[in-house]
Amino acid sequence: MKTMKKIKGTTILAAVIFLLLAALPFYMPMFRVSLFGKYMCFAIIALGLDMIWGYTGILSLGHGVYFGLGAYCMAMYLKLEAAGGNLPDFMSWSGLDRLPAAWVPFGNPVFAVAMAVAVPVLLAVIIGYLTFTNKIRGVYFSILSQAMAMIMGTLLIGSQAFTGGSNGLTDFKTIFGQDIHAPVTKIVMFYVTLLVLVLLFALCRFLTGRRVGKVLIAIRDGENRAGFAGYNTANYKVFVYALSAFMAGIAGALYVGQVGIISPAEVGVVPSVEMIIWVAIGGKGTLIGPVLGALAVNSLKTTASENFPELWSYFIGVLFVVVILWLPGGVISLKEIPGKIRAKLRLHREETSSAEEKIPDKTAVRSK
Amino acid sequence: MELFLMQLFNGISVSSILLMAALGLAVTFGLMGVINMAHGEFLMVGAYTAYIVQKLFIAYLPAGVFDAYCIVAILLSFLVAAVLGFILERLVIRRLYGRAADSLLVTWGISLILQQAARSIFGSPNVGVKAPSFLEKSLRIHGMLSLPYKRIFILILAVFCLFGVYWLMYRTRQGRNIRAVMQNRDMAAALGVNTGRIDSATFAIGSGLAGLAGCALTWIGAIGPTLGTNYIVDTFMTVVVGGAGSLLGSVFGAGFIGIGGTAFEFFTTASIGKVLIFLCVILLLQFRPKGIFAVKNRALED
Amino acid sequence: MKKRTFGAIVLSAVLAASLAGCSGGAMTEITDKETNKTETASGSEEDSKDSIKVGILHSLSGTMAISETSVRDAELLAIKEINVAGGVLGKQLEPVVEDGASDNATFKEKAEKLLLNDKVATVFGCWTSASRKAVLPTFESNNGLLWYPVQYEGMEASKNIFYVGAAPNQQIVPAIEYMNENYGKKVFLLGSDYVFPRTANSIVKKQAEDLGMEVVGEEYTPMGHTDYTTIISKIQDVKPDFVFNTLNGDSNVAFFKQYKDAGLTPDEIQTLSVSIAEEEAAGIGASYLEGHLVAWNYYQTTDTPENKKFVEAYKAEYGEERVTDDPIEAGYDAVYLWAAAVEKAGTTDVDQVREAAGGIEFKAPEGTITIDGENQHMYKPVRIGMVNGEGLIDEVWSTDGPVKPDPYLESYEWAKGLSNVQ
Repeated sequence: MKTMKKIKGTTILAAVIFLLLAALPFYMPMFRVSLFGKYMCFAIIALGLDMIWGYTGILSLGHGVYFGLGAYCMAMYLKLEAAGGNLPDFMSWSGLDRLPAAWVPFGNPVFAVAMAVAVPVLLAVIIGYLTFTNKIRGVYFSILSQAMAMIMGTLLIGSQAFTGGSNGLTDFKTIFGQDIHAPVTKIVMFYVTLLVLVLLFALCRFLTGRRVGKVLIAIRDGENRAGFAGYNTANYKVFVYALSAFMAGIAGALYVGQVGIISPAEVGVVPSVEMIIWVAIGGKGTLIGPVLGALAVNSLKTTASENFPELWSYFIGVLFVVVILWLPGGVISLKEIPGKIRAKLRLHREETSSAEEKIPDKTAVRSK
Repeated sequence: MELFLMQLFNGISVSSILLMAALGLAVTFGLMGVINMAHGEFLMVGAYTAYIVQKLFIAYLPAGVFDAYCIVAILLSFLVAAVLGFILERLVIRRLYGRAADSLLVTWGISLILQQAARSIFGSPNVGVKAPSFLEKSLRIHGMLSLPYKRIFILILAVFCLFGVYWLMYRTRQGRNIRAVMQNRDMAAALGVNTGRIDSATFAIGSGLAGLAGCALTWIGAIGPTLGTNYIVDTFMTVVVGGAGSLLGSVFGAGFIGIGGTAFEFFTTASIGKVLIFLCVILLLQFRPKGIFAVKNRALED
Repeated sequence: MKKRTFGAIVLSAVLAASLAGCSGGAMTEITDKETNKTETASGSEEDSKDSIKVGILHSLSGTMAISETSVRDAELLAIKEINVAGGVLGKQLEPVVEDGASDNATFKEKAEKLLLNDKVATVFGCWTSASRKAVLPTFESNNGLLWYPVQYEGMEASKNIFYVGAAPNQQIVPAIEYMNENYGKKVFLLGSDYVFPRTANSIVKKQAEDLGMEVVGEEYTPMGHTDYTTIISKIQDVKPDFVFNTLNGDSNVAFFKQYKDAGLTPDEIQTLSVSIAEEEAAGIGASYLEGHLVAWNYYQTTDTPENKKFVEAYKAEYGEERVTDDPIEAGYDAVYLWAAAVEKAGTTDVDQVREAAGGIEFKAPEGTITIDGENQHMYKPVRIGMVNGEGLIDEVWSTDGPVKPDPYLESYEWAKGLSNVQ
């Protein structure tokens, strides 16, 4: 009965959020809609990160890498389509006179989309398999993943002729033959992103409800015990790590279409930490929390920096500190506050009504 | 040959700077387990302290004693950063022991606040700090083989700090208490150690070391609000590759990244060198998942 | 069960409240677009109000804030001066400042916000090429107007951007010619690892080949690189006649401090920098830079009556210790140039302003600059300067007058093949 209730509350919240998002284009101007399209991509990453961090207890500070791989694969296709058979502009001023072989197949949109998913997953499987079977855990894994983000950023910037360097890939014209700046295209991309978000949310919901989800939680709470119980924990970790990379890759591909630019600044160390922040602020270990966190933190960041361009860093910094200190469960744990207040009130009533006869009990409660 | 020796010295010098910058982190992160993303900002605090001290010297004291500013700056940058660390520990970090991931996020927020504060106080552009004149020359040994006094001074300073920390941690009662608290908080408390005070003091020492390093960094690099961001990843790598919680590990980490990094840089480019050395760190962790000098521990879960 | 759902409803209500308040949905925009295609994002509709909104888009946080905040200050100063003098078309200018946060995607987001939400008449902003490239599609697809205040690598001429800083032929090319004549033929190329240095150096390499010079080294360091001893050793090893330096930001501080530590002086191996101006010099420290060369179009010491006035006004507004430099001056000029174009056009409509802008002259602090109507760059004088003991820059050489901008280097035979665009 109790679990039943819990599921209902978050399900309603999820439904409300997704409905609000779906209705967004009807009451918000176009450019805000595009912004939320971007935030939804972030929500997808946050959802994936929650699977490995909130559910499995692995803190990755390098998911910008997978996001970036997905985004760059998609961007290569968009750039080739914009160049229309010519050499992309940055290649010519970087001294290339022919399209590099690795770029050629990306002219095909199907291949590009497939790669946007396959490359992150493949890399995650390799990295995950190595690190998890070698039992790299805890902060050691976190710092290792941060090194990956650093490597990724440096490599992208360093190979300007192939990746556009610090400028990244931008100035796209069309996507699947449609004008990328047309409002209709943008609305379609918005709804595609929303659909993907809902589907992935459902997938995570499904997984966490199955035995897989239980094993992941068991790994988080006591990896060795889970191992002794006969589960190959490394395999489960590789699986969930690849799953989150898969989601980050998809998010990257969707991001590029809507935002129209991907550059090393979006995949390095700083954005990777920000991704973790969305999850933490929203509430890790719940599925709707990270989605809410990604949407809320980013809208807040936008609002704060529009209104206080000089001072917004203070707000965001203070927000992190306050939320983590006083709401360790994230914003989602606010839903427990009315219940807590009621419990306190009940306690108070019981205390006052039975103060005379039940003094020992009262001290027992207090000392708790 | 000259080039090789020069390069070797460069590597050692970079290692000593890394070690300086990472020593504070070896305490706050390695010993205390706080993933202190604001470590870079403590470097920045130390650097700005040196800047202020220098300005005061120029404004109020005769030019003849200018060079003495560096001694005052070294002491003050340690103190200012330590006090700031102490306050921070009391107000915030205190609530986060055992919540490593949360400590990362909170200190990230703090680093944003400190950066913006530096911008509000000192302005966005970099500020200039002049090194004391006796450090501005170099010891020319032969041909192009010349060792800048600054580098030698920082090397000595790093070694001095290292032994200071070693002496404090392993040769004093205070240090024994610190190690006891970090290893088993409850047991230490039961034996009468005031764990709260030890926590504050340890965090203050770690922050102070960062401040001191920041002061040294003013002689060789830029002093601006984002100074810390240039060092934060490197210092974490330094502590982790050697094994968090081990001083010797940090020395090894600094040497590995410093000498290895400059060697890679010499034979390739700065970007590729950086990529290669970080790849080496990742590879090394595959074989020693808790760093080279992992602290041995019989606990199954930690 | 009710209690749980209550919390959920409160949460979603908060979310809904934060989303609401904006009206006129995107869906209606689509239908609008289909029925009435003529409307552009910015322009004529503003004419009826008594103030004109202009956007300012620079990094106020993050690593680029060290350079960009001062340009913003100069732009605000120019806006203030214009307002005091009666405004533009009799209307006051109302600046809308946004923070690009040193992040390309944020720049793009804010550019969209300025154009679509605030409907500003024009935007002054950006510093890095990366941020300019990021906002370029936004300005083109919404027919906005951007005034870009920094020297850059060229190979671009968007009809929606006016380039107030130097094109390569107004800084890099004459600087290399000067160095070739005065210092020698062996050049070492050093830059930060991003687009401007790499592209600038690919121009330099072509030019060096043409001049019979020898490139003895080429190094790029990641942004935020802090240790230059290895590269300095390489420089000492190959002994070039001069170092052509395109490092950016913090890296310059580390490089020059360590250059001096290594016992190198400009007398031994001279350097020429194209990203160090007075403000950067102050951050590095004059004692480390004294005697080194830089190339720009303007210095604080430039001797014109307009500059005297500008430096005084800038210091009066922001403090005696502040310095002016080339990008700051260009940001200041940009506002005046746009104002002049608007006055000439009689409207803020982007197409008409662009039409009117060609040939407009402005007596800038650096001397008279003229907008080239074809590529929307400026005719500018070129100056080589030497850093002095106070951290200011003394001119050591200059062109006779303004140089015609040539972003694609079409007038140079050796530059063929650098750009196959257009």
